[in-house]
Amino acid sequence: MPRFIAGNLAKFALLMAATSFVVFFLVSASPVDPLSANVGQAALANLSDERRVALEAHWGAGVPFWERYGAWISGLAQGDLGTSLRFNAPVADVIAQRALNSCALMAIAWVASGVFGFVLGVAAGARRGSKLDRAVKAYCFILAASPTFWVALIMLIVFGVGLGWFPIGFSQPIGRAAADVTFLDALHHLALPAFTLSLVGVANIALHTREKTIDVMASPYVRFALARGESKLSVILHHGLRNLALPAITIQFAQVSEIFGGSVLVEQVFSYPGLGQAAVTAGIGGDAALLAGIALVSAVIVFGGNLTANVVYGLVDPQIRKGAHHA
Amino acid sequence: MREAAEAATAPSVLHAPAIRRISNRKLTALLTAVSALVLLAVVAAGAILAPDAAQTDFAQKNLAPSLAHPFGTDWMGRDMLMRTVAGLSLSILVGLLAAVASSLIALGLGTLAALGGRRADAVVTWLIDLMMGIPHIILLILISFALGKGFWGVTMGVALTHWPSLARVIRAEVLQCRTSGFVAAARQLGVPWWRIARSHLLPAVLPQFLVGLILMFPHAILHEAAITFLGFGLPPERPAIGIILSESMAYLSAGMWWLAVFPGLSLIAAVLLFDAVGSGVRRMVSPGSAQE
Repeated sequence: MPRFIAGNLAKFALLMAATSFVVFFLVSASPVDPLSANVGQAALANLSDERRVALEAHWGAGVPFWERYGAWISGLAQGDLGTSLRFNAPVADVIAQRALNSCALMAIAWVASGVFGFVLGVAAGARRGSKLDRAVKAYCFILAASPTFWVALIMLIVFGVGLGWFPIGFSQPIGRAAADVTFLDALHHLALPAFTLSLVGVANIALHTREKTIDVMASPYVRFALARGESKLSVILHHGLRNLALPAITIQFAQVSEIFGGSVLVEQVFSYPGLGQAAVTAGIGGDAALLAGIALVSAVIVFGGNLTANVVYGLVDPQIRKGAHHA
Repeated sequence: MREAAEAATAPSVLHAPAIRRISNRKLTALLTAVSALVLLAVVAAGAILAPDAAQTDFAQKNLAPSLAHPFGTDWMGRDMLMRTVAGLSLSILVGLLAAVASSLIALGLGTLAALGGRRADAVVTWLIDLMMGIPHIILLILISFALGKGFWGVTMGVALTHWPSLARVIRAEVLQCRTSGFVAAARQLGVPWWRIARSHLLPAVLPQFLVGLILMFPHAILHEAAITFLGFGLPPERPAIGIILSESMAYLSAGMWWLAVFPGLSLIAAVLLFDAVGSGVRRMVSPGSAQE
């Protein structure tokens, strides 16, 4: 176990070092000039020379790449991610404030799509060739071909604008003080984005679980159990699930990255104030510090997903648990 | 489709089939060719229609779908059908360019990992892990941001992010081929490495590469649309699908649903067609299923 932890820590450190370098390199390669991006055209034209130099110094224009990278990294080590230009607040604060919204959205979508996709996959695979199977397959193929943001738009048109069941944006009612917002309000605003994100996430896990279920149903132990007179439901519950759970868990944890990507698009469509929307705002507004910060956080979340997959794998799979193999 | 074919053949084992069946292989070839033709037609039509698609007619603005305007018109009186076709054509071209570039990266790195020794293999594998470590969309935003958005931002972004899975496939394929009997025999016979590469490795890897390339298009197009939708891709004056959809957002609350519904459906149709071409080609070139 200590070796497992140490190995993962080293992996994490190496990955984060590389990620931080790539992120910083990309962000600083941008042709966006901090002066013209933040001062405004009219003000820029009237800027006095001293003021211009002072501002350039303030944003570190002209400082060599390695020096800036060093400063950023040492700040990072102390938990200082810099200051966001768009939100005029420390990046860490902006991220912390929005992470709650995003995490609620992603957690709900991740769990719902995992459970729903798994059930659909098992049901379709167990009754291969049936109408249900075809319906599930068609649903998954069409969903996999649909752009996430378009599905979100359709949801918005149908349930937000057409039926009026859900609000068309934001995480709380407009024009009400933050203190008056109830938990129910927040839930009401979260429902449609979370539902959309869950809907889109189903395809992958359902198709994989379906394939796996077909394999399991063709295996000798299932044939033996059926021959012994067990019902199909009992066979799936007692023999199938424990063999199906493992690949499903792996896929669903690998799906964390996809869910994060989907949340960026869904948040943008629903004007939902989460990390994804902040990333888009930062990217469009030339807010390099915030964009870099969110990219790092996303990498940490994805790594966390993969790591959890490994740990859960070890807990569920008896072969690994007993230390026979170390995957 | 295969189930249907099986169902049709099942009862006719003992006697000659009443209807002469078209062989599955021909059917697949036909389906693939038709899909590819439709896509080509869309690209050509879009290129021809592009000037007309930007034509405004304020007497005909905000019209719901009708016979004259099957997809309706927008707030400037532009015909949405023409805009959609022009947008699809542009999106397909960008996706094509990005997917070709990305698959070339995959081919290079995959081959390097398989043939370059253990160290090169470790480096490429680690690079793949690194690429998978940041969500796709975030990486696309970063690359597009670094390149100043626009056409090159999105094309390079998609090209630089889509190679890992195909690189893995090619690496495995080359490794398997390299350790196979016929390559070992050729080596023993003293055939130089470049001739082994050309006459043994290439024919084995090429089908996988082509199929991987075609199946990459749908992803490339979807991500191009997504990143353009977010505002990091093609500029607003180009009629890309992502632009059409992001502009439509402002008019949805006014009930103009057709601005978003039809362009999105067309995009899905294009993606499904590409998928049909890819799966068709795969079924025909891979030895395991070529005779099905």
